[in-house]
Amino acid sequence: MYVAVKGGERAIDNAHAWLAEERRGDSSVPELSLAQIKEQMALAVNRVMAEGSLYDPDLAALAIKQARGDLIEAIFLIRAYRTTLPRLGGSEPIATEDMACDRRVSATFKDAPGGQVLGPTFDYTHRLLDFKLAAEGAVAAAPVAPTHEGHTPHIMSFLDKEGLIQPEPPGPDVPDDLTRTPLELPASRALRLQSLTRGDEGFVLGMAYSTQRGYARNHAFVAELRIGVVAVEMEIAELGFAIEIGEITVTECETVNQFQGSKTEPPQFTRGYGLVFGMTERKAISMALVDRALRWKELGEDNLGAPAQDEEFVLYHCDNIQATGFLEHIKLPHYVDFQSELELIRKLRREAQGNMSQEAAQ
Amino acid sequence: MSDYNFAYLDEQTKRMIRRAILKGLAIPGYQVPFASREMPMPYGWGTGGVQVSAAVLKPDDTFKVIDQGADDTTNAVSIRRFFQKTAGVAVTEATEEASVIQTRHRIPEAELRADQILVYQVPIPEPLRFLEPSEVETRKMHALEEYGLMHVKLYEDISQHGDIATAYAYPVKVEGRYVMDPSPIPKFDNPKLKMAGIQLFGAGREQRIYAIPPYTDVVSLDFEDYPFQPTKADHACDLCGAEDSYLDELIMDDAGKRMFMCSDTDYCATRRKGGHIGAQGAPHREDAA
Amino acid sequence: MHEVLEGGFNDVPVQAAQAFRAVMTAMARPGDIVQVCGAQPPAPMSVAAGAVVLTLCDPETPIYLAGSHDTEQVRAWISFHTGAPCVAAHDAVFALGVWDDLPLGAFSIGRAEYPDRSATLIVDSAHLANEGAVLRGPGIDGTARLSLPETRAFQQNAALFPLGLDFLFTCDTRLAALPRTTRVS
Repeated sequence: MYVAVKGGERAIDNAHAWLAEERRGDSSVPELSLAQIKEQMALAVNRVMAEGSLYDPDLAALAIKQARGDLIEAIFLIRAYRTTLPRLGGSEPIATEDMACDRRVSATFKDAPGGQVLGPTFDYTHRLLDFKLAAEGAVAAAPVAPTHEGHTPHIMSFLDKEGLIQPEPPGPDVPDDLTRTPLELPASRALRLQSLTRGDEGFVLGMAYSTQRGYARNHAFVAELRIGVVAVEMEIAELGFAIEIGEITVTECETVNQFQGSKTEPPQFTRGYGLVFGMTERKAISMALVDRALRWKELGEDNLGAPAQDEEFVLYHCDNIQATGFLEHIKLPHYVDFQSELELIRKLRREAQGNMSQEAAQ
Repeated sequence: MSDYNFAYLDEQTKRMIRRAILKGLAIPGYQVPFASREMPMPYGWGTGGVQVSAAVLKPDDTFKVIDQGADDTTNAVSIRRFFQKTAGVAVTEATEEASVIQTRHRIPEAELRADQILVYQVPIPEPLRFLEPSEVETRKMHALEEYGLMHVKLYEDISQHGDIATAYAYPVKVEGRYVMDPSPIPKFDNPKLKMAGIQLFGAGREQRIYAIPPYTDVVSLDFEDYPFQPTKADHACDLCGAEDSYLDELIMDDAGKRMFMCSDTDYCATRRKGGHIGAQGAPHREDAA
Repeated sequence: MHEVLEGGFNDVPVQAAQAFRAVMTAMARPGDIVQVCGAQPPAPMSVAAGAVVLTLCDPETPIYLAGSHDTEQVRAWISFHTGAPCVAAHDAVFALGVWDDLPLGAFSIGRAEYPDRSATLIVDSAHLANEGAVLRGPGIDGTARLSLPETRAFQQNAALFPLGLDFLFTCDTRLAALPRTTRVS
């Protein structure tokens, strides 16, 4: 006699309780505060904001805590929360030339107005484990230089004055919104950039790297990488003008790429563009490279069949929330479809064996 | 109740989904793009079905959720709880009592009535996807009614295996026009796709909704010399003795002894309540849960 | 004098859910007449047409108002309650009017890749009953009957399938639908 096992409901409740316990860990160790995560895990917070498409460091810190440090899970929490927010309107385009730069480097010009600012970078740290950090202690204050306030022209603008960089065709006043309309191909550049800026850092990095290694190589120089705070302004219909509604930190990367030209047009450099929430420069550089690779058609280049040139491939696979959901769903029960395959394979084998023994008998 | 809107989604999102559902019903089998939202459950776990259910449910509905035919599988439990919490609807495990049924991978054994709605969770809505990975190309193929590739694939199966090697998500042609993926139901369920109830299909990650109105012609693709055959394990249910239901196969001991039972748990329980007992079945007890 | 701010749903999530289910049932079962209420739109809009507009229209769905329905009050009511912009027929996702005012040839019928991008016409009617034209097709068990304003236009529309227009006939608090798949005789 067999009695079917039930218990889905209780199993779920118990799993949630256990998860909560594991999340807290050893209760003799002090609990992490959101402020600690926000301050000391800032780059994780930045990634969660960028790929979660929601600029809110406090919520990102909460999500990281709730997700036990699993950043894709934290991004998912933020995305699911973001969907429930009403959409009040769109901001004015941010003016990154007015950014208060914490970091600004150019690989193309040794110096330019605004100067090069190394900023708080890992770049020249020797990657040696710093055992002093294992013991908690105060950090010596960093020396402070007077900050360069106000306008810092983009490096690209100097190339533009000389006519050396291809001008960007104007987009629509209000670009499509990836989160409000289903993605349709071919996608506008605005949609591609939206998709890349919230795309998985690892995926976008891998795609960008593939272009460097020769899969649609486009010879990128980092014309400029800048990180800092910009004002966000929004026009209030009742007022009839834009007011500042807040500040965000963003990373912007512009690459200058191999030039184009034809019999009728003299050669010009082309551009790849990356803009990402927070201090996220690996992502911004990757984004610029992939943006540039995806522009092959518009710039009259050959389709080399490289993955990074394939808009459908990149845009449909860069979202880690879509990817992880679908990937992980294969652990759900598939009793029914598997059973149908079992029956089929048994039938096919029976028939095949029948045929073989018939042939052997002849 | 909860802090969220009725049935979780905001009204603008529901309107967008509702418009897509209406166009889906007007063009049976055609995949309507919709701006799928991020739901508080992972893509691939029924977000399409959940969004369709959220757009369809009204407070006086009785809601049933099945996964693999069963009401008590963990993901079915999770989705049922979600709507209990966010829509306050009554829930049931009895197919007969339900006004809206959300399903993954099965059509209930009991024939659905005209006043019942079946909402399918769909992983990959595009029946041509495994033959042509590009959405741009498959959309063109549907537009031109260019389905030769699908027939070639089925025919190659026959030449290689002597049979069509598709056992689930078996493609159908709807009302003589669109080739459609019925979601990964076993082909045993395909004949039930022509029914009195309204069938809605939601693919969240792939951002598609499609529909089959009641009594719509749904034909499983086949060849004259290899007609479509719905199949199931050649056993009766060991619990209720049913010979007409789709069966799950269970491994009972280290020697690999097998047992078969209805995948539709409500169908099986209803039969046992009615006094049907299979080879290894026990009389129905209310406390079996 | 009809007040623009009035006549919307009192309990939007619930009333919209109820109205949608009725509209969906009608669209899934051409010829079935369902009840839709809860709206009090300005004349000449019917209650049912008002409920449909409240349930399905918003700033993302441009609407065309035909002839006698194109009044200041109707425009203001739709704009206040839904935010749907009033546009010319060929840009419309929805259209609202009486049969003789609707320029059928002007609406979008969708295109081969996207047949869903076609207009839905809300036809306010003086009469709606299960009599007259015979309907066949998806959603219909055998045949159904519906009092249509004519048959030829619907035959021509069905011949466009999978392209074509979809119709909602509204009369007082009642509604019936005729999708492009229905064969009319």
